[in-house]
Amino acid sequence: MKVGLEIHIQVKSRRKLFCSCNPKDPDESVTEFRRRLRVSASELGEIDPAAAFEMKKGLDVIYLAGNRSSCLVEADEEPPHDPDERSIEAAIKVANLLRANVVDEIHFMRKIVIDGSNTTGFQRTALIALNGRFMFRDRQVRIQTICLEEDAARLIEKGNGYVKYDLRRLGIPLIEIATEPLELSPKEARDFAESLGRTLKLTGLFERGLGTIRQDVNVSMEGGGIVEIKGVQKLEQIEKVVEFEEKRHRWLFEVASALRSRGISEESFRDVRPKDVSELFRKYSQVETVKRFFSGSAFALRAPGFKGLIGSEPVE
Amino acid sequence: MSSSQPEDFSRIKFRLGDAVYEGIVMPRTLYEDKEHITVKLNNGYNIGLRLDEIEILEVGPPQRQQEVVAEEREIPSQGPRVLILGTGGTISSRVDYRTGAVKPAFTAAQIVDMVPELTRIASISVRTVMNELSENMQPSNWAVMAEEVYRAFEEGFEGVVIAHGTDTMHYSSAALSFAIENPRGPVVFVGLQRSSDRPSSDSATNLLGAVVFASRSGAPGVYVAMHEGLNDDLIAVHSGVRVRKNHTSRRDAFRSVNSRPVASVDVRNMEIHFKNETAKGAGPMRLLNRFSERSAIMKYHPGFSEVLLRTYFNRDVFDAIIVEGTGLGHIARKAFPFVKEFIAGGGFVGMTSQCIWGSVRLTVYETGRDLLSMGVVPLGDMLSEVALVKSMWALGNELDLREVMPRNLRGEISERREVE
Ligand SMILES: [Zn+2]
Repeated sequence: MKVGLEIHIQVKSRRKLFCSCNPKDPDESVTEFRRRLRVSASELGEIDPAAAFEMKKGLDVIYLAGNRSSCLVEADEEPPHDPDERSIEAAIKVANLLRANVVDEIHFMRKIVIDGSNTTGFQRTALIALNGRFMFRDRQVRIQTICLEEDAARLIEKGNGYVKYDLRRLGIPLIEIATEPLELSPKEARDFAESLGRTLKLTGLFERGLGTIRQDVNVSMEGGGIVEIKGVQKLEQIEKVVEFEEKRHRWLFEVASALRSRGISEESFRDVRPKDVSELFRKYSQVETVKRFFSGSAFALRAPGFKGLIGSEPVE
Repeated sequence: MSSSQPEDFSRIKFRLGDAVYEGIVMPRTLYEDKEHITVKLNNGYNIGLRLDEIEILEVGPPQRQQEVVAEEREIPSQGPRVLILGTGGTISSRVDYRTGAVKPAFTAAQIVDMVPELTRIASISVRTVMNELSENMQPSNWAVMAEEVYRAFEEGFEGVVIAHGTDTMHYSSAALSFAIENPRGPVVFVGLQRSSDRPSSDSATNLLGAVVFASRSGAPGVYVAMHEGLNDDLIAVHSGVRVRKNHTSRRDAFRSVNSRPVASVDVRNMEIHFKNETAKGAGPMRLLNRFSERSAIMKYHPGFSEVLLRTYFNRDVFDAIIVEGTGLGHIARKAFPFVKEFIAGGGFVGMTSQCIWGSVRLTVYETGRDLLSMGVVPLGDMLSEVALVKSMWALGNELDLREVMPRNLRGEISERREVE
């Protein structure tokens, strides 16, 4: 099993990456405004399908803008200012610490994000350095990239047809350090993240406390796909996440081999047609579990050869 | 390890330190040096590298994309026929975020791709009539726009939407207000404050609001449609002679001055809520689209030099000067001889206020009364920019400025300013 880690850590700075707001300042007033994001049909293919679906349905994004913790830049009502020099310096220092090749020119890019967590609909991010190294126990771990990016707004509410975000966190400078995929046990993954995290915090360049460091964990196994788990905040969670993914992968392999031995393939589904079972669901629409996902219509498919497999659990 | 600059958009393989990378060579702007190269790596990031610090191992053929050729075509749709005129500026171009190149995006197909709801509102046709950034617009461009609008109504279109850069959009809206007498339908200027290459752009909602008003309001006249506030739901429709760009970047930069907006379009349900009367003209449509450039705005300030006074009040150069005076409409006593001589030589001097809000009134103070006695014409609560455009139009069409400038023709002057 291979584990790749992306560590995001908040730079200690008195301002945000593209404006002069100090995210620690207390607000005297909060303004609320409402937006909708859209992308053209030709760009839809490059976007996370779930987010694209929400957007097409017409997702209202409500923002809470504090008068001191955010300004017209976060509201996407003013062009970004020059990037924070202190944050660029911090990124270069980290790159040197990890013996990475620092690029000669920094180009900020836009990563399209349409869940509303960025008022612009994209995240500004720049690659600062490539190909670093970090010693973990007796191993030299390759650091693929070191990037400087803006943090996203914090989700505070998700309702029917709308999401609500607080702009205080939007634009806080983050350094992202991405490792190559590593052969690691769940415990080792946790220890590695702890070791790299501690080394970074010792530089004094970063914020401390809950939420100031977040990890994206990529888990892959031979013969399976890559699974990415975003925004893990606690070290214990890393261990659990990797452990769970390992078990889930093994279980999926077992299901696959059981299906193969029963002679089930894509071909077996060729004549399967969906059946309208809305009436049935309507009858039980007051049942709590049904209420949660049923609205309007429901369809069912026969799954030949799946007897005993559906309903089995990856982890006890 | 020196390398020469490979062609833009070619795929290259290069060594940096002890690692080998692949990417696409990106074009550099005029302001970027030639010692560096910009590469889009396979992970999507652009980086700049010193050419003499990398070793280029392989250069592949350029991966350039085909340019889209703009064409006019009718998109199958329903409802009133609306013509969208493209004039340039950011609403009619699109940045390709993979290559960073700005491309004109002004076919009906591309607009409908951007704003699919349009097909449910109107039958959209699109014409690109010029490709000028807003800051480059000149009176000659206003003349072309006016002629295109006139022709569109002759051809039977029920409404016209003009996509325009925002910087000078209120000058153009004033120009067309005067140049087309009794337009047969609504003419709605629309622009964007936040670029159309961002998912948060105001371009789609503004365009939607403009098309709704152009097709459903039944209110002939010239307007500007832009965001009413920070929310993406209400689009304010302003009179073309009452509106001003009052902010450099906000979505709601355009505001009606000394007047309420004409209407508000709710783009969530496509409803129009009227807030003010629309000017109702009767009579046949007429095109009066000549403009003179022998007019200028003079913004008076403390320390205004005699050199400048001599430059402005020069009959060899100007036939009309629109003064942006202080307060109720004043300028320093030292300017009086220049003003007197200019008017005596047949020139027109109109007074507006740099306060922006409110009306001039020259009978309150002595300075004002002196200016009146010299023949300076007070222009009420007309915006200085509108007064300038009106004077250019009046001069171009050989009208009597002393008669026409202080008279309300298109709603540009009002007698009442409401308590807000
Ligand atoms: Zn700010």
